Amino acid sequence: MNLHEYQGKQLFAEYGLPVSKGIACDTPKEAVAAADEIGGDAWVVKAQVHAGGRGKAGGVKLVKTKDEIRAFAEHWLGKKLVTYQTDEHGQPVSKILVESLTDIDQELYLGAVVDRGSRRVVFMASTEGGVEIEKVAEETPEKILRAEIDPLVGAQPYQGRELAFKLGLEGKQIGQFTKIFLGLAKLFEDRDLALLEINPLVITSAGDLHCLDAKIGVDGNALYRQKKIQEMHDPSQEDSREAEAARWELNYVALEGNIGCMVNGAGLAMGTMDIIKLSGGQPANFLDVGGGATKERVSEAFKIILSDDNVKAVLVNIFGGIVRCDMIAEGIIGAVKEVDVTVPVVVRLEGNNAEKGTKVLADSGLNIIAATSLANAAEQVVKAAGGK
Amino acid sequence: MSILINKDTKVICQGFTGAQGTFHSEQAIAYGTKMVGGVSPGKGGTEHLGLPVFNTVREAVEKTGAEATVIYVPAPFCKDAIIEAADSGIELIVCITEGIPTIDMLYAKEYVDRKGVRMIGPNCPGVITPDQSKIGIMPGHIHKPGKVGIVSRSGTLTYEAVKQTTDFGYGQSTCVGIGGDPIPGSNFIDILQLLQDDPQTEAIVMIGEIGGTAEEEAAAFIKANVTKPVVAYIAGVTAPPGKRMGHAGAIISGGKGTADEKFAALNDAGVTTVRSLAEIGKALKEVTGW
Repeated sequence: MNLHEYQGKQLFAEYGLPVSKGIACDTPKEAVAAADEIGGDAWVVKAQVHAGGRGKAGGVKLVKTKDEIRAFAEHWLGKKLVTYQTDEHGQPVSKILVESLTDIDQELYLGAVVDRGSRRVVFMASTEGGVEIEKVAEETPEKILRAEIDPLVGAQPYQGRELAFKLGLEGKQIGQFTKIFLGLAKLFEDRDLALLEINPLVITSAGDLHCLDAKIGVDGNALYRQKKIQEMHDPSQEDSREAEAARWELNYVALEGNIGCMVNGAGLAMGTMDIIKLSGGQPANFLDVGGGATKERVSEAFKIILSDDNVKAVLVNIFGGIVRCDMIAEGIIGAVKEVDVTVPVVVRLEGNNAEKGTKVLADSGLNIIAATSLANAAEQVVKAAGGK
Repeated sequence: MSILINKDTKVICQGFTGAQGTFHSEQAIAYGTKMVGGVSPGKGGTEHLGLPVFNTVREAVEKTGAEATVIYVPAPFCKDAIIEAADSGIELIVCITEGIPTIDMLYAKEYVDRKGVRMIGPNCPGVITPDQSKIGIMPGHIHKPGKVGIVSRSGTLTYEAVKQTTDFGYGQSTCVGIGGDPIPGSNFIDILQLLQDDPQTEAIVMIGEIGGTAEEEAAAFIKANVTKPVVAYIAGVTAPPGKRMGHAGAIISGGKGTADEKFAALNDAGVTTVRSLAEIGKALKEVTGW
């Protein structure tokens, strides 16, 4: 789960990190009032969406008058912001962050992720802030400094100092950087983060370190123990069908094609999408219906798949395992009736009692095609969807 | 021979009296797994499925001589359960549970490594040596004793590979699901080494998916160390970047972890790769000449 910049900065402030005075606003009127409250004669206004690249897309602006603030808020609130990180529809803007202006001397980068290779939380710092860090990593990997956190002893102050010296910081900046580093390490662990990025971390004209941006991703598996983070969830930033699926604990990802997929197991769900593509079709979605594949879950899964108007046929691929396939077949039939599925449904059942299950489907009198194998299922569904 | 487990491996279950622990322990016993007891704190001294229940893993290991434990406890309690197992003197931990917070696994993995205990999973189907021992949730009846070792990040994809190797008459030596999480207890390399050293295993099927670089590391390892034929399949060619595809570890991030990169690395290492998961059996036949 991702957070907005203003939410990330709230967390930063809680952990003693230097952030700008800012107020997240829902209306142009609030945005103007926020500027009064913050004071000063120049501000930065920032559209709040779950995507990077906002500056280049016009979603971040330096403003000197309240008229400009009002105009910016009126322009963006309720609209969608398209950046190089979003799809072509963009992400809806429902909040504008108004902040005091920071005079920038130099831009740095500081981030942390769970690194799968080293099985550590790894901090990355670079003097090349304010640009796409992926590019820096690719073109000049030597400019990315790393510090690995040992899970059993935690982040140590020396690691912060070491990064600070290597970044060329000096004087009071060493202590400031170390404090930021230790605060972030604590935040990462306390709040079960998966990713955090400050890009840029700036040196102000007064020579102080300051967090100008905040990007935070939280480990979805840990949300059960992060009530405060749960409250920060903004479903408007997600695909509505994905959000609906999540309510039913179904894993769904919308894609561009016209063949709906319902599969048990995440790996098999991907494998099914791949074999549809190999057979000349295009999958409309990823959907892992889970191990149970009961009538209720299958019904909900059909509803979500069919809410996508592009879907011309559905492939149900279940490797029964311990659950009996004839019971799964009954569940599928019940769901097809209940949801009133009108597009052709190709079903491939494998595992315990697979033949009995296939027969139950064939005898149902519904628009269900029972496939004889996985490859056959893929061919059938591509044909049914009007492809090849 | 086989790897990790055989008919003599004594197994206990953590979360024994819960719904999952009960159901899958019954299945394991029926399959012939040498289950010797289970752990459910507070229920020590009672009996469940005809086996003794203990309050702690240490006590269970002391009283039964258990060598392996299978964990079905809910995700919030798994870090504790894994560390308790690592402290008990057990040799093998198989953690089936899905949804463990990544930070918890960073601790647990580091801890079992320092203790020198092997862990399989979490978020995996488990380990099976056909007709000998089944530790996990896989359907036993699709397996058949034989000569193919299988290692996989995905549960149901493993079943596909198992079915094909059974249908072709090759059977399996041991099948290991290493799980779909970003921080697994064992990775491909750990299991490939065991399969390479196992005389019963004549060929290896490796099933990976998008996310991370475990397949690329496995490819380098195979090139340098594995002499047996390897057939590999990677799921997720059609997966879009930045989206988590069910498994916590299955995500293409920062342009890294794509299926195409993994296929390329494996091909470079001389591994036979298949683009369709329906062709694993066929590829095995071709590469081995069986």
